[in-house]
Amino acid sequence: MSVDLATVKRVAHLARIAVSDEEAARMEGELNTILGFVEQLNEVDVDGVEPMTSVMPMPMKKRQDVVNDGGKADDIVANAPESDENFFLVPKVVE
Amino acid sequence: MSELTSLTIAQARDKLKSRDITSAELTDAYLGAIEAANPSINAYVAVTAEKARSQAAESDARFDKGEGGALEGIPLGIKDLFGTEGVHTQAGSHILDSFKPRYESTVTANLWADGAVMLGKLNMDEFAMGSSNETSYYGPVTNPWRRKDDNKALVPGGSSGGSAAAVAAHLCAGATATDTGGSIRQPAAFTGTVGIKPTYGRCSRWGVVAFASSLDQAGPITRDVRDSAILLKSMASSDPKDTTSVDMPVPDYEAAIGQSVKGMRIGIPEEYRMDGMPEEIEVLWQKGIAWMKDAGAEIVPISLPHTKYALPAYYIVAPAEASSNLARYDGVRYGLREPGGDIVEMYEKTRAAGFGPEVKRRVMIGTYVLSAGYYDAYYLRAQKVRTLIKRDFEKVFDAGVDAILTPATPSAAFGIADQDMAADPVKMYLNDIFTVTVNMAGLPGIAVPAGLDDHGLPLGLQLIGKPFEEETLFRLAHIVEQAAGHFTAEKWW
Repeated sequence: MSVDLATVKRVAHLARIAVSDEEAARMEGELNTILGFVEQLNEVDVDGVEPMTSVMPMPMKKRQDVVNDGGKADDIVANAPESDENFFLVPKVVE
Repeated sequence: MSELTSLTIAQARDKLKSRDITSAELTDAYLGAIEAANPSINAYVAVTAEKARSQAAESDARFDKGEGGALEGIPLGIKDLFGTEGVHTQAGSHILDSFKPRYESTVTANLWADGAVMLGKLNMDEFAMGSSNETSYYGPVTNPWRRKDDNKALVPGGSSGGSAAAVAAHLCAGATATDTGGSIRQPAAFTGTVGIKPTYGRCSRWGVVAFASSLDQAGPITRDVRDSAILLKSMASSDPKDTTSVDMPVPDYEAAIGQSVKGMRIGIPEEYRMDGMPEEIEVLWQKGIAWMKDAGAEIVPISLPHTKYALPAYYIVAPAEASSNLARYDGVRYGLREPGGDIVEMYEKTRAAGFGPEVKRRVMIGTYVLSAGYYDAYYLRAQKVRTLIKRDFEKVFDAGVDAILTPATPSAAFGIADQDMAADPVKMYLNDIFTVTVNMAGLPGIAVPAGLDDHGLPLGLQLIGKPFEEETLFRLAHIVEQAAGHFTAEKWW
């Protein structure tokens, strides 16, 4: 499978990365090189093979359903480009 | 002063304990070495001199009282991927501009609890995506090693290029690193240092900037095998904050060094003999086989038939996980923000300005392979192939093989701005051909220097072990080290 310019632009939008026409054209070639490389996986017979979901067979650890952390609003917004009274500020979403 | 920086962790530990030297002296020696070398090597992206001196003073005070942890007073460099409280943590990226976390990663917290001193944060490929340290927002790292016949600047490998170069140039006693497809072992091999990627789950991933969560694992890069054992012992732990962290006690890895390997069965996989592999890599491999035999190990030819599919499967799984992990960099909660007319435009402009070309490429690939209609054909198939890769190893281990010996990389270090690599991303990816299988299967792997090529550049061998049998790897790597000797770059910086 390979991607065309329109697909590159659609994927860029899905990934929320602005691309110029020039960049999209360059990416088309690069992505197709990589997709060409991974194409060889089609040679492998994977019938009846379970996909790997964990590296080590181990049960998911569970913890008590209790509040054990929190009260850190100041820490959480400390690195925000823009915040006000412990809220993150973003451009207007709803008119 | 320079003599102090030539001490290994084990040597410095002994001299500190016997009070022959103080941590303040050792720390100052390293800070001086960094100041002199960093303009040429570019291994550090942030030097935390003040913090280092205050930690060293605390260590010396503890020694005065007859106290001290396993790494008391030892100055270390920390890869920029580890969250360090109040200190530069940007994963080599522009998008994390000015980010200073309000928390400490579990791995680094373990090191400070054992008394280690932080010299600063080490350069790396952006978000650990690269094999040459050239994708860093902070520019490439220069390998302390140069060919004996020319002065061309070479890459230290990647993504832990800053860690490997800092250790090789004696700009820290040891360094933390991370490995998703070979990012500890390939740079270790390129710089004549030792690097171990432990079994997935051995070191906590909590507080480490995520690249591909099912593959990422932290480990040390050091000057010798013993130092790797010492450092890994402190880095590893069981951590309730990481659900993939294992509940197993951390062994005393150092105690494994020097133990006999007599009667061990070492597998030699035929599939690792690649077409077009340089003759000197094959020669090195044969030397390693001979050393193993001399030490009383038995050599067993083995087959890992799905080896060739590991790298293509990796380039689906890793970008898919990365595209999801990197979705958090949106200009809202931390780091860079580029203004936009509406919120989507703000996201798109921020991510366009904040991510470099390699990161964009991988996020795009990941987004594509996970997008509607392609999931089964790409991601699901790659995860099935991964099961087969893991099964190859399990069969070999079940048949009585204790560890596997392979080359660490298909070549020695290459030049910065190599034209062939720049022209074809897949060519760069091939650097990880011998290391990536280990991440896909979650196994431990160690790279240990084994010789020099015709140009005088270091080459490494890799040993692959069973899950959580890092001790076996330290035993075997020590055999290689004893036979091959140590390799130190000639100082030109």
